[in-house]
Amino acid sequence: MIAELAHQVGFVARRSVRRTLRQPALIVPTLVFPLFLLAVNASGLGAATKIPGFPTDSYLDFAITVTFIQGAMFSSITAGTELATDIDTGFLDRLQLTPLRRVTILVGQMAGATTLALIGALAYLAVGIASGVSIKSGPGGAVVLILYAVFIAVAFAGIGATLGARTGSPEAVQGAFPLMFAVFFLSSMSMPRDLIAVHWFRTVATWNPASYLIEGLRSLVITGWDGTALWRGLAVGVGVLALSFWAASRALATRMART
Amino acid sequence: MSTNHRGIVVDGLVRTFKGDIHAVDDIDLEVAAGEIYGFLGPNGAGKSTTVHMLTTLLPPTAGRATVAGFDVVAQGADVRRNIGAALQDTALDNFLTGREHMDLQAGLNGLAKSERASRGTELLERVGLTEAADRKVGGYSGGMKRRLDLALALVHRPSILFLDEPTTGLDPQSRSALWDEVERLAREDGVTVFLTTQYLEEADVLADRVGIIDRGKIVAEGTPDALKRDIGGDTVEAIPADPHDLERAGEVLARFGEPAAHSPKGAAARLSQGAEQLPDIVRALDDAGIALAHLQLHSPSLDDVFLAKTGRSLEGAGEETEAAPEQAVPA
Repeated sequence: MIAELAHQVGFVARRSVRRTLRQPALIVPTLVFPLFLLAVNASGLGAATKIPGFPTDSYLDFAITVTFIQGAMFSSITAGTELATDIDTGFLDRLQLTPLRRVTILVGQMAGATTLALIGALAYLAVGIASGVSIKSGPGGAVVLILYAVFIAVAFAGIGATLGARTGSPEAVQGAFPLMFAVFFLSSMSMPRDLIAVHWFRTVATWNPASYLIEGLRSLVITGWDGTALWRGLAVGVGVLALSFWAASRALATRMART
Repeated sequence: MSTNHRGIVVDGLVRTFKGDIHAVDDIDLEVAAGEIYGFLGPNGAGKSTTVHMLTTLLPPTAGRATVAGFDVVAQGADVRRNIGAALQDTALDNFLTGREHMDLQAGLNGLAKSERASRGTELLERVGLTEAADRKVGGYSGGMKRRLDLALALVHRPSILFLDEPTTGLDPQSRSALWDEVERLAREDGVTVFLTTQYLEEADVLADRVGIIDRGKIVAEGTPDALKRDIGGDTVEAIPADPHDLERAGEVLARFGEPAAHSPKGAAARLSQGAEQLPDIVRALDDAGIALAHLQLHSPSLDDVFLAKTGRSLEGAGEETEAAPEQAVPA
């Protein structure tokens, strides 16, 4: 049973990875846009490091984390649009006519988005280090940073898959991207929470789970091994993963009405 | 509950959609093992909805159906193991090659690694895609995609094959090649074929029996010849060279059969004894001194059957029901 499931996941995953790697239109924006935004922020917001209490004297070190989060958002959209495309073109029906289980489709379909997230994370780290980013937690921390970023991307991919399965429309999934960006904008993405001067913004950022994902990642770069930040970030990540995959599974069950 | 019938048995099958749309309305049919059954009807008649129910992709609202002896509702997995399907949308992945499609389909159907490659190569060769096997499907023509779709449906050696409008949009050459392959599958391999089509010629050429569906109901069923025979024999139409002879031409033809529908410039009769009366008709018209501009013998077609049963021509019927049930089939 487990072997059969793993066998099926392998086939769906291989197809998902092949598809993703053969679409430059998916890979290039994932690599270029987050790095472009990093360059703009690092050059324009450098003065923020002079605010008393700012946790680092390099805004590049502070902002590099946001790049990983943006990469995760791109992966999420990729997972959603790929699933929606399969629904739209009827490919899901083709899969449904095989002995494939629903969970297999969901897990296998994530492989492409996960690969994209891994490629992105490695590229962001390489560019960051080449530009002078210093990882306080050392080489081990860099490995954890990559794994953590991929984990967040997989959790977000569940959100994309939910949207994809619900709407069956790649365009509708892409339309959700600004909404996700807004959620991260209202977090500690650009400024540490305790330095956000506007009261309502600080309150929203404190209640926004996205802040803890970012702070977990960021701690590896600017603090070192901060157990509290990592634990909180991981807890939020697990929560998002569980909720998003539960929702995606339900949405797919509705979509796959086979008897 | 499984039955011993290895073909398809449908009993009172119904599928409704929101808005009280009866896409399929209480249909009964039976397809014997090894038979090619043509399911003919205009767009929106209920053909694809029926296929979706019989392939387990859509639960019926009411009624019962067994495919290869298995109930489509209670034994969906067993049904799927025994069928292959090429649905209306070819549903291929433009970023994969033909061979990668075969490998994926074979793998998901549980074929062993050694068998996957050989089966893929064999089927790609059979549908004439050996040379294109390692090219991405995005560069395939419509005919190539249809042929790959057919090959994919056959990977796990199904005993029943569902083809939903397999030749729609194909050029005559590709259509003919696909017909040959379907015919070979049924005649040589004994595969039962359930084929939906809106092309009269396709049903006429391929199907052992035809079911004609309109607005969710089966309006006629039988062999193509029997259906045509049922609505009457051949008709002959004569168009005189001199329009003043029209009335006399009608009187001559009336000796050979009942008056039939004709063009404004002609007279027509439904022949009581068929085409063998034609020489006598020509002689009679000649004896009456009527010179002919045109003489045409017309055998009934399945379109005539559709016209007789529904009061509409199959060609135009789809436009009337374009936005109806079939478009509402959920994925």
